[in-house]
Amino acid sequence: MSHHKLTQKLWLSLLTLPVFFFIFFPLLWLFSASLSTQVELFAVPPHWIPQAPTLQNYLDIIFPGQAASSVPRTFATALLNSVKIASAVTIVCVFVGSMAAYALTRIPFKFNRSIQLGVIATRMIPEVSLVLPLFIIASRLQLINKPIVLVLTYLSFALPYAIWLMAAYFQTVPIELEDAARLDGCSRLGILFRVVMPISVPGLVSTAMFVFLLAWDEFFYALIFTSTLAAKTVPVAIAEFVGRYVVNINGMMAGGILAAVPPVLVALIFQRYIVRGMTAGAVKG
Amino acid sequence: MQQQDARTAWLLLAPSLVILLGVTLWPVISTFILSFFHAPTGINQVRTFVGFGNYLEMLRDRTFWETIGRTLYFTVVSVGLELILGLAIAQLIHSRPWGWQFLRFSLIIPWAVPTIVNGAMWRWIYSADFGALNGLLMQLGLIKHYIPWLAQPNMAMNLVIVADIWHTMPFVALVLQAALATLPGDLEEAAAVDGANAWQRFWQIRIPLLKPAILVALIVRTVDAFRVFDIVYILTSGGPAYKTMTITYLTYLNSFAFGKQGTGAALSFLISAFTITMALVYIRIFYRPEETQ
Amino acid sequence: MRTLYKISLLVLALLFVAGTVGCAPKPAADVVTIHVLTMDQAGLKPAEIDQIAREFEAKNPDIKVNMEYLGYDFIHDKITTGMAANPPAYDAVMIDVIWPDEFIKAGYLLDVTDRITPEMKSGMFPASWNGVTRNGKVYGMPWLMDVKYFMYNKDMLQKAGITDPPKTWEELVDQAKIIKDKGIVEFPIIWSWNQKEGVVCDYAVLLYGNGGSFVDANGKPAFNNDKGVEVLTWMKQTLDDGLTNPSSISSDENMVRDNFIAGESAFAVNWLFQYSDSNDASKSTIVGQAAFAPMPVYQAGADAGVKGSSVDGSSSFAIMATTPYPDQTWKFLSYLTSNEVQTRYSAEMLPVWQADFEGEALKQLEGATPNNPVTVPAFLAQFPYANERPTVPYYNEASAALQLAIQEALTGVKPPQQALDDAAAKWIELAGK
Repeated sequence: MSHHKLTQKLWLSLLTLPVFFFIFFPLLWLFSASLSTQVELFAVPPHWIPQAPTLQNYLDIIFPGQAASSVPRTFATALLNSVKIASAVTIVCVFVGSMAAYALTRIPFKFNRSIQLGVIATRMIPEVSLVLPLFIIASRLQLINKPIVLVLTYLSFALPYAIWLMAAYFQTVPIELEDAARLDGCSRLGILFRVVMPISVPGLVSTAMFVFLLAWDEFFYALIFTSTLAAKTVPVAIAEFVGRYVVNINGMMAGGILAAVPPVLVALIFQRYIVRGMTAGAVKG
Repeated sequence: MQQQDARTAWLLLAPSLVILLGVTLWPVISTFILSFFHAPTGINQVRTFVGFGNYLEMLRDRTFWETIGRTLYFTVVSVGLELILGLAIAQLIHSRPWGWQFLRFSLIIPWAVPTIVNGAMWRWIYSADFGALNGLLMQLGLIKHYIPWLAQPNMAMNLVIVADIWHTMPFVALVLQAALATLPGDLEEAAAVDGANAWQRFWQIRIPLLKPAILVALIVRTVDAFRVFDIVYILTSGGPAYKTMTITYLTYLNSFAFGKQGTGAALSFLISAFTITMALVYIRIFYRPEETQ
Repeated sequence: MRTLYKISLLVLALLFVAGTVGCAPKPAADVVTIHVLTMDQAGLKPAEIDQIAREFEAKNPDIKVNMEYLGYDFIHDKITTGMAANPPAYDAVMIDVIWPDEFIKAGYLLDVTDRITPEMKSGMFPASWNGVTRNGKVYGMPWLMDVKYFMYNKDMLQKAGITDPPKTWEELVDQAKIIKDKGIVEFPIIWSWNQKEGVVCDYAVLLYGNGGSFVDANGKPAFNNDKGVEVLTWMKQTLDDGLTNPSSISSDENMVRDNFIAGESAFAVNWLFQYSDSNDASKSTIVGQAAFAPMPVYQAGADAGVKGSSVDGSSSFAIMATTPYPDQTWKFLSYLTSNEVQTRYSAEMLPVWQADFEGEALKQLEGATPNNPVTVPAFLAQFPYANERPTVPYYNEASAALQLAIQEALTGVKPPQQALDDAAAKWIELAGK
């Protein structure tokens, strides 16, 4: 590497430090709190590294049964629910949404514009506003407290989101490629599945990740539509660490760390596909 | 070919349309109808038709406009910072410094932490008596006394913005980073050969190529920031003195706490009017269909 | 071929979605399931209430009880949405003392006046019925009586050379000054003045202690008269003088407790739970140092004959009007709140039956836990002076206006008189609708 490039690389690498600080300062605090006892959390000045670290908060959650309150015991079930629901939403969104996004960005047809506007419009209303009517429907269909109700209600805002994102990725695919395929005699569907999709793998995977995290994060619908362990998700379980008089912050932080693990794992798995996509499908000329 | 095209398009769109119409059509319509009524919450409550009464009441209310202003402030500052930071970080990752893979991986973590934990965590960080922020600033010698951050009416909104940015900036960074990854390199190579320097290549070629991705990130984030709810619900409940009350939180208060569903419904559509306008403005300014190189 | 492959993947994915859902188990015939929503940790712990529910089911094999526990902040929203469905999502819910008017107007609560037996009526504390009685009709069963108490740190007062806790708020200010000047703590007093119901509770305690009230005899707002303005001005003054912790403006009752048991304050007004937490070695650094004193009043109030002042924060259970199972639900509620059950759990929660506080039963109650010898007398001394917040159906919105006004005055956005006048105007507007 040339001297110039080396200095450049050095400067760039130094720039990553403030970014890391911004990301990790709150996280390390979160982590430290999850390893502390309640008394230690109230220390002034704060103990950056717990002086009497304990794994009790994690143990209460991972090995339920000994736990003092019912919340940690049920955390694992809530985690599983969240994984199921977020996965279901993601799979549906990526498949169904990518097809829709392609149609809207590349196929000129009569109602293209109006459908685009319609899809955008569904995301304009705050989710909070639709809770009551959705609850009434869900309760009439006897769907309350079943995971499917969250999957369906999440689709209402996740699907337009997915369509939007993938439309953007499809637009960055050079049109020449599609024209070339058309000249070769490919049908629309063929172009979509044989040319556009493979190149857009990074985009598809990113969208999958975003939708997964969107569903993972959602709080208010989960709070209102689920009551029992049958369908309770992680954010609701964490909210329960705050009772009327008891705020188990350490437990909540431990729960928060554990709650972040599945999405991070998902991201780790997907990162490989992004890299593969880049080296395999990098477009040159 | 056109006919064939149209049929293919409908085939591809069908599943999405079925889902969206199924889940959103009735709620949106019933909320719209409700916005024209005085509709107190409850069973067998009398609903009186008031026409545009709810809308006019809100438009004449000072609190409504103050809340809109506050929400616009939140939106502009949040999205602006997210875009700048996100673009910078995306570019940073793209230029492959040491540890770039770890950097990209780390970005997921704030995004993966659920909003409720994010809210609780920042509330603890900002805590006047025990918070990490006070502890850090004190140890660095920057402050002499602990500051009750969330009790300061003029600081509070900015603190909510910081908490929100920490959680959502990774989204913008990763969208832009993925877009950068799929950009064809040939145009920039050609420009380099022609003598353009890095700065010119960045602004005149890369940014325009990124426009669709930036536009998507902008619209999605602007609309979401304007409708922000969860973080306010958890971090401040709208205080102190309503200084962190956003328009969706006001809607929630009307529908759920005050029992005024007609007003809540009207507010929902007023919010939509704002967000649709914003989206249209973006599209008008930035969007050219099928922009080719 | 690729197309076919992709489509079959899609179908598989959709099947996966459907399979993920899982079917709900079909309920056994002839067994009625009732759903009860209650606050987490309001008195008994969820594990204990579950135990009571299982006992009840054993005695009544045709009724299954489904308990749901949630934090206070979320209960109101769940009730509102739950009642939008038919049949309602819940058959019984726990309600805060400030909700009955709103819920009765919305038609949520079942009138159970005829189901109340005379022994219930006379057996439970009369004050406990305030949370469920309106216009002579009863809409639920009392569960937990709670009021705000005045607690102080004995050791800190001793260190400051103060022999007795303050009897008036003016004395409190003097004592706080001494403690601050001696450097024992920087901010001797902590309050829950954040923008939630807690600030109205604290204001109620102070307001009535000054001989003031929320409304006058005609139901018009009275908190913006000179008595009310004095109180608000006093509150701000303690902030300005550095006696009240500035974080009070963003603190709720949990944070007040955190502050007090970490030894950061000498005086803290809070619900009963703060005391037992202060003696919990796993959380508190001031074990054995907390003590109760009667809630102070203002000198002006004392001169006007006010002997004590606090605010009622009780919880009760109510049956939803549209429940398909009123009888079964009533059976469960009367079991849950019965003297027999409450006595058994009196170590966890003070009962609402008067008999438990007399004679032999009183001795037993006091001996039930290490904290009871202190908390039981404190309860008996303080609750007679508990004041109610206004019983109007639009209370949530009225309270929001008052919370805003107090916060605006405390943060210096508006002068106290103007803030309270604006809130009063809002109350009049709400009453007119």
